[in-house]
Amino acid sequence: MEKRKRTNALKDDVNEDNIWWLVVQRGLAPSFISISLFALLVRVAVSLHPYSGAGKPPKYGDFEAQRHWMEITINLPASEWYRNSTANDLSYWGLDYPPLTAYQSYIHGLILRNFLPDSVSLQTSHGHESYLGKLLMRWTVLSSDVLMLFPAVFYFIVVYYSGSRTGCKSDWAWHVAMILLNPCLILIDHGHFQYNCISLGLTIGAVAAILSDKDLLACFLFSLALNHKQMCAYFAPAFFSYLLGKCLRRRNPLLEVLKLGFVVIGTFSIVWWPYLQSVDAFLQVLSRLAPFERGIYEDYVANFWCTSSVLIKWKRLFTIPSLKLLSLGATVSASLPSMVQQIWAPSKQGFLYGLLNSSLSFYLFSYQVHEKSILLPLLPASFLAIDEPFLFKWMMHYALLSMFPLMCRDELILPYISLSALFILLYYAPGGRKEKRDALSPSNLKSFVVVFLVLCSLVLHVVYLVVSPPEKYPFLFEAMIMLLCFSQFLFITGYTNIKQWMTLKDSALKNKEKKHL
Amino acid sequence: MTPTETRIPNAATKPNPNSGHLAWYAAVAACIKLFLIPSYHSTDFEVHRHWLALTHSLPLSHWYSDHTSPWTLDYPPFFAHFERFLSLFARLLLDPTILHLHDGLDNSSPSLIVFHRLTVILADSVLVYGIHRLGKKLRSRERNLMWVLVVWNPGLLIVDHMHFQYNGFLLGLLLLSLSWLEDGKDLMGGFAFAVLLCFKHLFAVAAPVYFVYLLRHYCRGGLVRGFGRLVMMGTVVVAVFVAAYGPFVYYGQIQQVLGRMFPFGRGLCHAYWAPNFWVFYILLDKGLAFVLLKLGFIIQAPTASFTGGLVGYSSPFAVLPTVTPLITFVLVLLSLVPCLVKAWRDPQPRMITRWVAYAYTCGFLFGWHVHEKASLHFVIPLAIVAIQSMEDASHYFLLSIVLGLEGLVTFCCCPTNLPLVQLLSSTSMPSTFSMRFLAEGGGERQWKVLVCGAAGVVRIKDVANIGGWPENTVAVKEKGKKHKGCDVEVLVESTQSSMSFLGSCLVGRLEEGVTDLPAAMEIQRRAQRNWKVTAGVQASELGGACFLFTLPLVEDAQGVLRARWSFGDRRVELEWWLPTGCCVK
Repeated sequence: MEKRKRTNALKDDVNEDNIWWLVVQRGLAPSFISISLFALLVRVAVSLHPYSGAGKPPKYGDFEAQRHWMEITINLPASEWYRNSTANDLSYWGLDYPPLTAYQSYIHGLILRNFLPDSVSLQTSHGHESYLGKLLMRWTVLSSDVLMLFPAVFYFIVVYYSGSRTGCKSDWAWHVAMILLNPCLILIDHGHFQYNCISLGLTIGAVAAILSDKDLLACFLFSLALNHKQMCAYFAPAFFSYLLGKCLRRRNPLLEVLKLGFVVIGTFSIVWWPYLQSVDAFLQVLSRLAPFERGIYEDYVANFWCTSSVLIKWKRLFTIPSLKLLSLGATVSASLPSMVQQIWAPSKQGFLYGLLNSSLSFYLFSYQVHEKSILLPLLPASFLAIDEPFLFKWMMHYALLSMFPLMCRDELILPYISLSALFILLYYAPGGRKEKRDALSPSNLKSFVVVFLVLCSLVLHVVYLVVSPPEKYPFLFEAMIMLLCFSQFLFITGYTNIKQWMTLKDSALKNKEKKHL
Repeated sequence: MTPTETRIPNAATKPNPNSGHLAWYAAVAACIKLFLIPSYHSTDFEVHRHWLALTHSLPLSHWYSDHTSPWTLDYPPFFAHFERFLSLFARLLLDPTILHLHDGLDNSSPSLIVFHRLTVILADSVLVYGIHRLGKKLRSRERNLMWVLVVWNPGLLIVDHMHFQYNGFLLGLLLLSLSWLEDGKDLMGGFAFAVLLCFKHLFAVAAPVYFVYLLRHYCRGGLVRGFGRLVMMGTVVVAVFVAAYGPFVYYGQIQQVLGRMFPFGRGLCHAYWAPNFWVFYILLDKGLAFVLLKLGFIIQAPTASFTGGLVGYSSPFAVLPTVTPLITFVLVLLSLVPCLVKAWRDPQPRMITRWVAYAYTCGFLFGWHVHEKASLHFVIPLAIVAIQSMEDASHYFLLSIVLGLEGLVTFCCCPTNLPLVQLLSSTSMPSTFSMRFLAEGGGERQWKVLVCGAAGVVRIKDVANIGGWPENTVAVKEKGKKHKGCDVEVLVESTQSSMSFLGSCLVGRLEEGVTDLPAAMEIQRRAQRNWKVTAGVQASELGGACFLFTLPLVEDAQGVLRARWSFGDRRVELEWWLPTGCCVK
């Protein structure tokens, strides 16, 4: 009785010295709406800035790629989308995402055609840049964000805080802000220009479904996410191992697995329907989705292959097929511990760690990784932000740093700076979970290392902007940034793997305690 | 752990000397302002660039006689000096052509935009300092609300950081002046206001209020002392004006300066219509002209439009008499009269912000050539008044939302800005809303209790002590013989914490009986035994046969109320605690 009362008091106790008290006054939904309005404001404000490849012919950038896909999808029949032809030159931003992206491009293309037919006319619209064109394209991302990501985050938060978890209202307000105001995601989607919000939104929905024990729904949503961006496969090991582990514990494992498999295959076949008419068409699409010829890494990404290429010239020493095998082996072995843990003892907290581990191992070791891929490991890290605030902050810091050269190329330094500042401000918002967050630096050595690394990254920012690299090594600073980020990501991977295995111990302890009582 | 302690977070409501939160609010606002750098900017951007070039490349004597650009300098001298100050940095940091009088015309290079926007962001620190001073005496919650309302004010963000102006800086000066007046430092307040007037003369609408207030509040204490203080204040104000306008008098430019500053040739309404009284007047004129034409009268069509942005003489009315600047001036003064009378009768420091806000509202409604942006002049002081009571909050809510924002939206109408402006305003809505609801949820309501006999007062103070209320929620005022039979008036300002505490308090009145009146301890012992409330009941005397019962939870109190209780042969009448309930009637 006494205990229950105290937790209630904790829940309602909205300390007025707490920044979040303004938004948590009126319960869950209004608070969520006010935070998401703020998040939307930030997104709209970032979308005022330039997009990737603005005014840079002949290839432009991701903005042109997305616009080109709209042009292709609304002017050609679905069977022609992935096939090289006179009307569809695949070497010019050919469609290389799964069919759901193509459908999304089709819908957005219809909207664009309605308002500005010139921007999506076949062939003649290549490199189309206009005020209204930019505005409409930006609004398509904004609307997908509002329609996909925001409801998914709401679903996740409701599920995550509905269980046994107790905490202040301000805690979850903080958590919502951390997930919604992820600076990397905003920069890539609304600055650089991409539609990660859709695939990530679907993934968040799937995670929330898992947390609320709706496994079939989770399978459906995750299959959709995979069909929007094949990169979501980074999360596949975690989903696979958790669901498998759970099925194995049921009375009828085979039936359960069959049910899930049926949902997955059903979803895939619906999405792929236009390409299932012939084997040729199917293989054609598949070959577009796996562009192995683009090399094992792109630009300067902070993963294993790129970092070690400073010493070992992978691209020169190995052929593409052997590199494929190498990277596959490395990825699988890196994600194996977390998979084994989940199959052995599936738990929801362990599942969240598993998501982080599998996506990190994919980021570090898989084939053809882009610096934007860091968005994927960041997502589960933001789920865990309330339990692992320091980890989340640390990872966000280096994820931002790893994207810094890209942001410089896109001329997005201004929103980069203000988004990072905003993130830090929200993270350290007065009140909330301050005590818990600060309690994480016990020893002097650790705090010294932390300060040193943060200083390093700050110096690298400034150096990259101000100093021009020596002529002999034009990419010296990129390599240094990459090295620093890779070391941190590697450290985080090790730490989270250990943490995932520790969840096992925790739950075992809890079970023991229960028996005592 | 006693039950009352778990329920009431009383530490939160105590005044908190640090203003870390304000820095946080300001930093978040600065982030948003940085995002807005590439957003649309109006012709005011070129106006300010031209002024930079003008003050940088011409000597002081030519500032107000230059004709290179249609955007002539029409702000008072201090603002020109401010531009000159900024130009020093611009020369160091930027391409020198933007400071060239002719070559720089219509230059809006990215570096200039960043520089200009950054100056506005930095100048806003005056505003932050102003509200920091104003918030010093307030309780934590009120102060936070005020900070949010001012620092995240969507109107300010839109006008200063999109449209481009330096209102944050100027309003900061106004708030500084108000904060000094509220502290009783009238001389400093008067000085700051004089400086403000030399930055932007449109703030002069509040000058009558300032004059009356300072005359009655500062210059009092006998004829000699009052006169001495009047001379002192006069000297300070005149010194400021001499510093501003002296050089121009010396160069024989003063006519030119005044002509530029008061361009009455501009229309009655600004190119961007302010939603004020004259809109009705013009509509009435149009309507009458239409009706009279239909009736067969010959009406001369007006030759000029109402809303020329640039200087040019006009007479736009068809039927109704032409409105001259003098008429608008008299109307503004007339509308100020009630407030002036109040200021004359009882000049109180805590009322000055309210009066100034009122004065700017009058200026907005009846002034000559009023721009929509002028609504900021009253929205910001109103934000400071709004936290004082529920009524003020709803006034602020209505005025700022309906008038300020709707007006501002109309002039930022281009597709990129529209969602931005709407979002800016809607993001600030939660704060305003929550404030309104807080107020409605029993936050700001005041109970006035008239009590006869001093005993009741002591009891109410006891209750306040038990509940751990913030100190100034219970104010006791001695009343004269005016109120019959009542010596004391008690003001109970309920806050959320006091509400939650009172929610579980009961007042019991023991009926007449034969036995002696029991002591509170005895009552408490019996209540604890019979009511079966585990965490304990506290009973305290409220004078007479009244006792206050403090229960740990509202549910407990509800449970107790459901049954009938008696003490010995005396029946106990139980009711919820109300300020009136515990008083000796």
